[in-house]
Amino acid sequence: MSTPDKKPMVGRRAPLVDGIEKVSGRAMYTADLDHRGALVGRILRSPHSHAELLGVDVSKARALPGVVAVITGDDCDKPYGILPIAQNEYPLARDRVRYRGEPVAAVAAVDQKTAEEALRLICLEVRELPAYYEAGKARQPGAVDLHDDRPGNLEREIHHEFGEVDAGLSAADVVREESYDCAEVTHVHMEPHAALADYDAERDRITLHSVTQVPFYVHLRVAQCLDMDESRIRVIKPFIGGGFGARTETLNFEIVACLLARAAKGKVRIKLSREETALTHRGRPRTGIKLKIGMTREGKLTACACEVEQTGGAYGGYGIVTILYAGALLNAIYDIPAVRYDGYRVYTNTPACGAMRGHGTVDVRHAFECLLDTMATELGLDPFKVRRLNLLEAPTRTINDLAVESYGLPECLDWIEAASGWNVRKGALPPNTGLGIACSHYVSGAAKPVHWTGEPHAVVNLKLDFDGGITILTGAADIGQGSSTILAQVVGEVLGLDFDRLTVIANDSRITPKDNGSYSSRVTFMVGNAALQAAERLKAVLVAAAARKLEAKPEDIECLGETYRVAGGQDSGIPFKDVVSEALVDTGTITVKGTFTVPREYQGGKFRGAGVGPSMAYSYSATAAEVSVDEVTGRVTVDKVWVAHDCGFAINPLSVEGQVQGAVWMGLGQALSEETRYVAGLPVGPNILDYRVPTIVESPDIEVKIVETLDPGGPFGAKEASEGALSSILPAIANAVHDATGIRLTETPLTPDRVMTALVKQERAAKQANSRGAA
Amino acid sequence: MAKSILRLTVNGSGREDAVPANMLLVDYLREVAGLTGTKIGCDGGECGACTVLVDGRSRLSCISLAHTCAGRQVETVEGCATDGRLSLVQKGFHEKLGSQCGYCTPGMIMAASGLLRRNPRPSEAEIRAALSGNICRCTGYVKIIEAVQAAAEGTT
Ligand code: FES
Ligand code: FES
Repeated sequence: MSTPDKKPMVGRRAPLVDGIEKVSGRAMYTADLDHRGALVGRILRSPHSHAELLGVDVSKARALPGVVAVITGDDCDKPYGILPIAQNEYPLARDRVRYRGEPVAAVAAVDQKTAEEALRLICLEVRELPAYYEAGKARQPGAVDLHDDRPGNLEREIHHEFGEVDAGLSAADVVREESYDCAEVTHVHMEPHAALADYDAERDRITLHSVTQVPFYVHLRVAQCLDMDESRIRVIKPFIGGGFGARTETLNFEIVACLLARAAKGKVRIKLSREETALTHRGRPRTGIKLKIGMTREGKLTACACEVEQTGGAYGGYGIVTILYAGALLNAIYDIPAVRYDGYRVYTNTPACGAMRGHGTVDVRHAFECLLDTMATELGLDPFKVRRLNLLEAPTRTINDLAVESYGLPECLDWIEAASGWNVRKGALPPNTGLGIACSHYVSGAAKPVHWTGEPHAVVNLKLDFDGGITILTGAADIGQGSSTILAQVVGEVLGLDFDRLTVIANDSRITPKDNGSYSSRVTFMVGNAALQAAERLKAVLVAAAARKLEAKPEDIECLGETYRVAGGQDSGIPFKDVVSEALVDTGTITVKGTFTVPREYQGGKFRGAGVGPSMAYSYSATAAEVSVDEVTGRVTVDKVWVAHDCGFAINPLSVEGQVQGAVWMGLGQALSEETRYVAGLPVGPNILDYRVPTIVESPDIEVKIVETLDPGGPFGAKEASEGALSSILPAIANAVHDATGIRLTETPLTPDRVMTALVKQERAAKQANSRGAA
Repeated sequence: MAKSILRLTVNGSGREDAVPANMLLVDYLREVAGLTGTKIGCDGGECGACTVLVDGRSRLSCISLAHTCAGRQVETVEGCATDGRLSLVQKGFHEKLGSQCGYCTPGMIMAASGLLRRNPRPSEAEIRAALSGNICRCTGYVKIIEAVQAAAEGTT
C-alpha cells in the first residue's frame, strides 16, 4: 500500500485504470462477450433513398429452416429519438423509407448464412418518391416533404440577434463576407457497432449489452419501443472501442436487437459490418456558412452575422441541438458587441447526422477563424494581435448569456506564439511552407441535460466494506477517454489513497447509479464533482471513526490516507484498516453518495433556444500548424502542430495530452482528407480505405501545452479536454496553407484536387495580371 | 463447407481442430480458439485491428484463411505476456497511453512486436512504416510512437 510521502493522485500522469485489460487482450468488447446460444441477427436495409413502403413480405423468410424470428416495422409503432421533442424515427421503417440503408426488416437465425439467406427472401413493395441529397434541393419549392410536420424540409430554423448588428457593421472600417462549405464527416470509431440482447421469456425481462456512450438514454428508448416497464430492462456497457459522438443517442440496431430477442424468445447478437456502421452514421453534417465580420482598422471586432445551413439527413436525431450549438458558440470565444445568427437545419434523403466531437461548433469556428485571418492579412495585422484585441476577461457573461468563469486563451496564445517560433519564422519559411493559427473553445458539459427530470446532473456512489477496498460506482461511460481513471484519481486524492484501494465499476444499470452519459464533455466536470462530494462524505465518516478510536475530536484528526492520527500529536496514528473496522461497527458496509447539479444561473438565458450552449465552464485552445504544400500534386502535409489547451486543471496530464492530441488529429483528418460522399444517396466507399482517415505515416507530431486556469466550478479546477481543441486545427491548417501558397480555400477538406484547382487559378490570374502589366 | 484438420501452434501451444476450408484466421482465433483479443475493425484489410504474427511476421488475420497457417506459429496479443506480466511493448502502450479505447491496441501491439523482433532499435520513420496499416482513431498516433520507442529502449 502507499507510502506516507505518496504522490498526489490528481495531477499525476497515471496510466488508465483499465489499461492492462486493453493491452493484454482481456478487455471484452461487445462482440467479444459470451454468445453461446445466441442467434445471429441481421438487418435488411432499404435500397431506395425515398419511397413509400407499401408492403414487406416476409413469409418466405419466415419459412426458411433455421430462421427463428423475422420482424418488420409492424413490430414497433413507437417512434424514438434522442430529443423528446423530435422523435420521428422507427427502429424499422414503417410506411416510408427515407435513406438508402435504412433498416426495414430484421431476422434472427441459427447462423449467419441462414440469416443472410432469409434477408434475400424478403420482398419490399414500394412506390418511389423524389429524393434530395442536398439541402438546397430539399428546400426548393414543390419538394416532397420527408416528414409531414416539417414543411419545406426545414427541421428547424433559428434566428438570434444580440446587440446592434447593423450599427456594428456600419461602425466598422472593414466589413468582409465569405461563404464556406464544410463536407460531411463521420466518426469511424474503430469498433464496429454491435449489440447482444438477451430476453428472459419466463420473467419478461431483457438484458442488453451495447456499444453505447449513453446507456441511460438507450435504456429509456428500449423500454419505450418495446413498450416494457423500465425496471424490466438492464443495460450494460462493456468496453467500448471509441464513440466520438456516434453513440450518444440510441441507435436503431440496439432496439432491433432487443425486438428480435423478444420475438425469438432468447438471445440475439447483431454485429454490424463497417459499411453498416458507416450507414448508421450520425456524423457531422455538411455545413454551408455565410459569414460577415466587421472590424476596425486596428482589428477590433464590431459585429458579426452568420447564416448556417446544415444538411441533416433523414431524421431528427440531435439536429436541433447541432444547429443551435453552431450559433451559441459562434461568438462566445471573443468579445464581440453584436452578433446575428440564422440557422437552418434541413432534412435530406441521406443517413441522419448527429453529434460528432465538437458538436455543432467545428465548422462555424473554422469559418470564423479563417475570415479573421483573411481580414488580418488585408489590414496588415498580425493574427495574434487581432485575437488579443478581442479577448474576454473572466469572469464575465457573453452577449448571449454564457457565463465565463475562467479563460486561459491569452496564455494559450502566448505559448503557441513562442513554441512555433512565430515571430522569427513566420514569413521566413522556405517556399510552399507556411504557418497558421486559430483558436477554439468548448463546453464542459451541457448545463441542461437532454431529459430534464429535476434529478442532479450526476450521481456517484462509493462503497467501502470490511476488506478496506473502495468501489466507485458510476454510470459514466468510459469509452476510451479515461473517465474511470479520472474518477479514481479524484476519489483517491480526497481520501489520500492510491489506485490499489480503488476499483471503478462503470455502467450496469442494475448496479451503478444513473448517469446521462459521455457527451458534451461533461464527465470530468460533472461526474468528477459528484465523485469529489462522495469522497468528502466518505472521508467525514472515516474521520469520525478515527476520532472515536483515538478518543479525539474529529476536527483534530489528520487523514494521511493509509494512516489517521491526531494532528500535531506524537502518536504515529492508526492504520486505515483499523479506521475502516471502527467505521463499520454497528452499521456494516458503508455506502455514500455524491451528487452534482449545475446551478440555475449557469443554465442559460431566457430566449428560445437558450438551453443549448450554456455550461458552467468552457475550455479554450489555441493551435499553430506548420504545413507544406506540394505544388505538383496539391497535397498538403502538416509537418508540426503546437496546441495549447486550457483544461482548467489537469487531473491526469497524460490523459489530457492524449485527448488533445486525439482531438487535434481528428480535426486534421477533417481538414485534409475526410469527406463522406453519396451518389444517388449511396455512400461512396463506406470503409476505411475510401473514407480517408489519416494513417500514422501522414500524421504530424502534436506538441501539447496544458494551460491551467483553475476554474472555480470544476473538480480541483478541471474543465473539459476532449473536444475543444478539435475546431482550431482546421482553420490553423487553412491559414497556414494561405501563408504557404497565397490561396484561400473556403471548402473542406483541403484535398489535392481543391488545392490544385486553386493554385492553377492563382497562377492564371497572376499571368493575366503580368501580361496586362506588360501590355 | 467441408472441414479438415488444422494443426498449428497458437501462442506456443499446439492445436488440432476441424476447421472449414473457408474459415478466416480471425474467426478461427476468436470463435474456435476463444482468443477474442484479436479484433475486427473493418470488412477486410482496411484497418489492421486483426493483426497477428505468423512465423514472426505481421499478418492481417481477417484476410487470411486459417488453413494457410497449417504447421505455422501464430501469435496473438494473449501470447505476449510472460508469467502473467506484460511484455515491454504492452507495458509501453499501457504506460505511455498508446491505448485509449484499446480497440486498435492488440493489432498495434502485434505489429510493433513484429517490428522490434526484426529491428530492435527502429527509427521513428521505421516505426511509422511498420504501423502504417494500423488505424487508430483515438490517439493521433503521437503516444503510440512514444510507446514503441519506450519498448525499444526497454525503459518504460
Ligand atoms: S479487421 Fe483486418 S484489417 Fe480491419
Ligand atoms: S485506442 Fe482507440 S482506436 Fe486506437
